[in-house]
Amino acid sequence: MGNKQTTFTEEQLEAYQDCTYFTRKEILRLHGRYRELAPHLVPLDYTNNPDIRVPLSLIVTMPELKENPFKDRIVETFSEDGQGNMSFNDFVDMFSALCETSPRELKTIYAFKIYDYNRDNFICKEDLRKTLNKLTKGELTPEELTLVCDKAIEEADLDADNKLSFADFENMISKAPDFLSNFHIRI
Amino acid sequence: MPRRSAAAEEVGIEIDEDVSDSDDGGNRRRANRKQAGGRGRGGGGAKGRGRGKKADSEEDEEDEAPRGRARGANRRRPANKRVGGKDKDDDSEDEAPKKKRGGAANRKKGGKAQESEEDDSDDEKGKKGKKGGRKGGKEEDNGKGKKGDVNGKNKGKDKDDDKKKKKKKDDSSSDSNSNSDEEEESMSEGEMAQLMEEVEEKKKLIANIRNKPWRMKRRLILLKEAQQFVDKFEGALGKGKGRKWYAYKVMMTKKWIKFQRDFENFKTACIPWERKIKEVESHFGSSVASYFIFLRWMYGMNLVLFGLTFGLVVIPEVLMGLPYGSIPRKTVPRAEQDTAQDYSVLMDFNGYCKYSVMFYGYYNNQRAVGLLKFRLPLSYLLVGIGSFGYSLMVVIRTMANNADVGGGGDGEEGGFTFAWKMFTSWDYLIGNAETADNKYASITTSFKESIVDEQENQKDENIHLRRFLRVLANFLITCSLGGSGYLIYFVVKRSQEFSTRDDLSWYEKNEVEIVMSLLGLVCPPLFETIAELEDYHPRIALKWQLGRIFALFLGNLYTFLFALFDEVNDKLEEEQAIKNASIWAMKEYYANYSRLLNDTDATPPPMNPADVIRGPCWETAVGIEFVKLTVSDIQVTYLTILIGDFARAVIVRFLNYCWCWDLEAGFPSYGEFDISGNVLGLAFNQGMIWMGAFYAPGLVGINVLRLLSSMYYQCWAVMATNVPHERVFKASKSNNFYMGILLLILFLSLLPVVYTIMTLPPSFDCGPFSGKAKMFDVIMETIDLDLPAFMGTLFSYAANPGLIIPAVLLMVLAIYYLNSVSKAYQNSNMELKKKMQMARDEEKNRRNNTDSTNQVMKDLEDLLPNRSLIPAAPPEPEKPPEPEARPTKTKPGSAGKGVNLQKDVALASSNPNIRGPVDRPPGPRGPGPGPGAGGGQGRGRRPPPR
Repeated sequence: MGNKQTTFTEEQLEAYQDCTYFTRKEILRLHGRYRELAPHLVPLDYTNNPDIRVPLSLIVTMPELKENPFKDRIVETFSEDGQGNMSFNDFVDMFSALCETSPRELKTIYAFKIYDYNRDNFICKEDLRKTLNKLTKGELTPEELTLVCDKAIEEADLDADNKLSFADFENMISKAPDFLSNFHIRI
Repeated sequence: MPRRSAAAEEVGIEIDEDVSDSDDGGNRRRANRKQAGGRGRGGGGAKGRGRGKKADSEEDEEDEAPRGRARGANRRRPANKRVGGKDKDDDSEDEAPKKKRGGAANRKKGGKAQESEEDDSDDEKGKKGKKGGRKGGKEEDNGKGKKGDVNGKNKGKDKDDDKKKKKKKDDSSSDSNSNSDEEEESMSEGEMAQLMEEVEEKKKLIANIRNKPWRMKRRLILLKEAQQFVDKFEGALGKGKGRKWYAYKVMMTKKWIKFQRDFENFKTACIPWERKIKEVESHFGSSVASYFIFLRWMYGMNLVLFGLTFGLVVIPEVLMGLPYGSIPRKTVPRAEQDTAQDYSVLMDFNGYCKYSVMFYGYYNNQRAVGLLKFRLPLSYLLVGIGSFGYSLMVVIRTMANNADVGGGGDGEEGGFTFAWKMFTSWDYLIGNAETADNKYASITTSFKESIVDEQENQKDENIHLRRFLRVLANFLITCSLGGSGYLIYFVVKRSQEFSTRDDLSWYEKNEVEIVMSLLGLVCPPLFETIAELEDYHPRIALKWQLGRIFALFLGNLYTFLFALFDEVNDKLEEEQAIKNASIWAMKEYYANYSRLLNDTDATPPPMNPADVIRGPCWETAVGIEFVKLTVSDIQVTYLTILIGDFARAVIVRFLNYCWCWDLEAGFPSYGEFDISGNVLGLAFNQGMIWMGAFYAPGLVGINVLRLLSSMYYQCWAVMATNVPHERVFKASKSNNFYMGILLLILFLSLLPVVYTIMTLPPSFDCGPFSGKAKMFDVIMETIDLDLPAFMGTLFSYAANPGLIIPAVLLMVLAIYYLNSVSKAYQNSNMELKKKMQMARDEEKNRRNNTDSTNQVMKDLEDLLPNRSLIPAAPPEPEKPPEPEARPTKTKPGSAGKGVNLQKDVALASSNPNIRGPVDRPPGPRGPGPGPGAGGGQGRGRRPPPR
């Protein structure tokens, strides 16, 4: 309100604060960041909810995502069309889910989505292989890859279908000590 | 058979819906039990129709099932004493004439018209739900009812059966509509309660909406709806005065929530250096950031100590005490006055510094100062003890908090090494290319390490060599520790010799500080080099390193302390002599005076305070030692950073253009941030503060300045001159490790201070306790003089050994009891963990390789020849449904997943599948931990065979 130009109405800000883990200042900052990505595309005035999408190629240039090996997947997962074109809502959604205060359950769901490359609601060996390749920049030999994938499945798979369902994944993640501290992005 | 299976199918669906209902309980708009029947019907009908398209032959059975349910619903319905209740009996009979249906429809329309706002939004929601491929059952009732309704209308034209069904559906939705209809007009008690419940649910939804894994758009819409609903109805609840009161309460709640939010915002804005630390964290990972967080924590604690000391001791003395130069203890002696302002003297904290408010000796033993009769000596003692108490409390509380945080998922090693590495090892905070590269490398190496571990599985042939190397390393380190300890002792002894002489060079004067700083400089890298022999994992190596440097610092500290005690004892002896001498001198002075004037009655003018003979004041000497040590420590630390990091970085950076080899990648390279050294330096420094603060109140101020400057300086240094660690590792729990070290240091520094307070006599002519036999006599004095008499007697009783000994015994007993209780808890914890592990294994076995467990069973049963054939059969039918039962249990909405897969691609669409687990309490497995219960549930919710 104190700004020269209104970006959001008070109502919108309240709604965003209710729907995310952000404070109003952070939401305004997020909008600033969002706008930075494509200044010609994103208007300053968001009071009438313009339907604008910023393509994946621009989103992943953010310094918060730039180095992340899963950046494409993250953006795809959080974009409504699944292609990585993000509206501001998606954008806020992404950082809200990844912020420090969001609960483990929510993060688990999104993590599962992110690691599920082929979107079949299971993390299969192919997904694991892709994850692993991204994590290690392909420095493991194929045998090692296979071994690690097999081991990971063996550890976490409860129902012996040779792929990880969400229940398996949740069970595994719920005990991971580093998940919460690692699976967040500060903005 | 088809009939039965279809019925079972319907049941299955209904159960599914119920499950999803109960799971979504929090966010459902209408989860009223009353309407459960209608809902079931609507959902079931919708489903049935969907399938009806595929197979007409199933139509009959499907119709049967809804009818049956309708009856069941009717049985429940009487509870709502509704006007329409009469009709329903007929309806359930399936005899309803068309006009009645029309009437119902009309009524429904009317209801709709009145409630159009609500319905529109509901409609929208329903549409959204459909669009997302969500299954009807998870949508809210109204939307669902209507969906079924619309479908029913389209289809109903074709078939009579469908018409009946539709009629029923119309009826149900009209019911629900008329419900809300009537709610608005006249509200009975039950309806009010229901409305209340709904409002409460909406509110819950508003509060929890951020936890839902939905698209933001959907969230916003739902939020708006919910808010509208709440706004609309919550005011309507209650009548007259109650209504106003309720509205007021609601408004206040809103205000309160807003205030809380603002306060939260304010609180986060108040935490200093958040951005700086974030920046460091994103470049160097959390292990380096943990040092800065520790530093910030320390700064906070020291601020409180500073406030205590300055507010209650220093400021009162400065404002209300006697001014400088008024009494001997506040005056520089005549002999020192010439040099008292020299820079070098001041730098040694002699001269004016020594006789300033910074040190113990300056304080007067006047019982009460100023207008307020401030008990300064008492306050001095209490602040000294209180700062220890406060520090202990804070450290222990922080440790307990940290343990709470870490204790959740930490203790149990679930055996998910690879899975965890795969899914949780990437630190999403990393935003720096270099750090990211290092992280890639470290993840790769850690994977490789695990692979090697897995493959070899403790096939370590060089175990003897490694053991030998480790023993050797420890031996070397022990030697160097002992050597450094001896060196310090030697140096301190020598400095005592020096102190009696005057012809000292600069080096000889500062020998102790120099040697200690040098040791602190040389030993850690030495230890690190030796530790390479051991070949530990870097995190374990860090702990070892921390422990060893801690031992070094501790040894240094304690050697220093013992040497100091020697000195203090010398001073005490010396003091005795001087005391006599000064008394004698005073007498002499008076005698001379009276003899000169030949008048025994004349009172002599007081001696110039600068001329009075005074004792060595060991407290100030100790205080000066500590201040000197702290200051030299600050200097050494900052210089090390400046030279070791900054100069090195500059050289590496700029000489690299004209050098024979690559300086950046080759030998000198850039420095890494030394976590262990810095953390321990900080903790050790804090120990100095704790010990010295009693003898030099100004030390706390120096320390606050030091921490403040070091925050900025080190942040700058680490960002500008250091490179991330080669193996970026997480500082998972070492923050508590730091706290543990701090606690130990606190305890160790508590000991000497308490010892001096309790046993050593204070100097006779300086400090707030001068003239008393022991420092704590101030307390006795206060009790005797200031408190009412009965308090004195009370305290004397309390101080009676007869009471103290039982009290101590009681405490020991309590500790023993608590200890054993905690041990018991630990044991049961272990047992539970074991059980969980076993259950998990068992389940895993049961689920996947049924063969292996069954093999054992079979073997066992083969021993009983008669039963060998019978039990082998049951597992067979059980096996196929089990793997399917698992997903259904946790994903109630996945019944039609095979069909929905394509739609599930979008995130929102598959949410219903996942929403189940969100609401479930986090447990290792499903709601039924026992294998029996789990199996039962699994069977109960068996999905329809496809």
